[in-house]
Amino acid sequence: MENYAVIFISAIFINNIVLARFLGICPFLGVSKSTSTALGMGVAVLFVMTVASIVTFLIYRGLLVPFDITYLQTVAYILVIAFLVQVVEIVLKKVSPELYQALGVFLPLITTNCAILGVAILVIQQDYSLMQAVIFAVGNAIGFTLAIVLFSSLREHLEMAELPPAMKGVPAALVVAGILSMAFMGFAGLV
Amino acid sequence: MKKALTNKENFVKGLVKENPVFVLLLGLCPVLGVTTSAVNGLGMGIATLFVLIMSNLVISAIGGLIPKTVRIPAFIVVIASFVTIVDLLMAAYSPGLHEQLGLFIPLIVVNCIVLGRAEAFASKQKLLPSLIDGLGMGIGFTYALTLLGAIREILGNYSIFGWKFIEADGMIFFILAPGAFIVLGLLVGFFNWRSNAKTT
Repeated sequence: MENYAVIFISAIFINNIVLARFLGICPFLGVSKSTSTALGMGVAVLFVMTVASIVTFLIYRGLLVPFDITYLQTVAYILVIAFLVQVVEIVLKKVSPELYQALGVFLPLITTNCAILGVAILVIQQDYSLMQAVIFAVGNAIGFTLAIVLFSSLREHLEMAELPPAMKGVPAALVVAGILSMAFMGFAGLV
Repeated sequence: MKKALTNKENFVKGLVKENPVFVLLLGLCPVLGVTTSAVNGLGMGIATLFVLIMSNLVISAIGGLIPKTVRIPAFIVVIASFVTIVDLLMAAYSPGLHEQLGLFIPLIVVNCIVLGRAEAFASKQKLLPSLIDGLGMGIGFTYALTLLGAIREILGNYSIFGWKFIEADGMIFFILAPGAFIVLGLLVGFFNWRSNAKTT
């Protein structure tokens, strides 16, 4: 039980997927201009990341290992994720049109979000069990949401700051991300 | 004559004007993740360069055959195949570097530059321009990664390409995660400042 808590906390704070592992930087910079879109993206990632980790885990253990074709991992995973995003989109459209309205724009972007593929591969690399994999995926998704929401509120303030023209926009945002990442380093040693 | 000029322009645009990292801001995950030293940056750059050229070539060759609706999954399969080749080659011939780059090698698949070039350029162009485009973009990406890696290595470890010029512990801050964000931010700012100064 304690093991699960360690995985969960360290995925959120210590090895934060964006600020320490550098995965999912594209949406982190791209959809962090306002807090509400950032939150939408975070929820979409939470959803897809959890499902994707479970499915890729089962495919790895059930198909790739028995047939000794683990070298196809990358090809298989990216196809599964692309397929999954499509399925999630279709199901959401049918089951909950409101949620689809809210998340719709973010879903196609998630296929090329390296955080999803990254977490799926990390799960295999670290030899997690299925339960650990789920907790790891949920923790990472919450970590992603936390980072992107914090960052978007910082960026909303940054809009009003007087900066040299060359630093306006992304350069300043990157420096702010650096400072945020420094703050997260304070969590090291928590577990 | 005009043809040669466009080829040259096509090549040069990836280096400066449309540099994938400093101007287009694509594929930043490996840019931040692996550039703890100049060698790592160079290795990652070359791996991406190879994937870019090969996938650009193949996609430009078969682009006309793929139905429009399934083109993205088809592109991804092509790219993923070349990434697997790079992954296996690197594991065989330079296991040390492969260990260092780790997770970021398979993640070349989802690097926005590769898919972006395939979609925006290679699928609509002939072989030669696609090859040149891949080469230019890849070299632009490689030199951006090497530059960032070199700066972080010089400041963070007082060494360059593994050669230590001051026998002391460097400013470890630049090797750690925050240093990556801040150095990249300042570099992008510098490129903006240069291009602003040129146009005005």
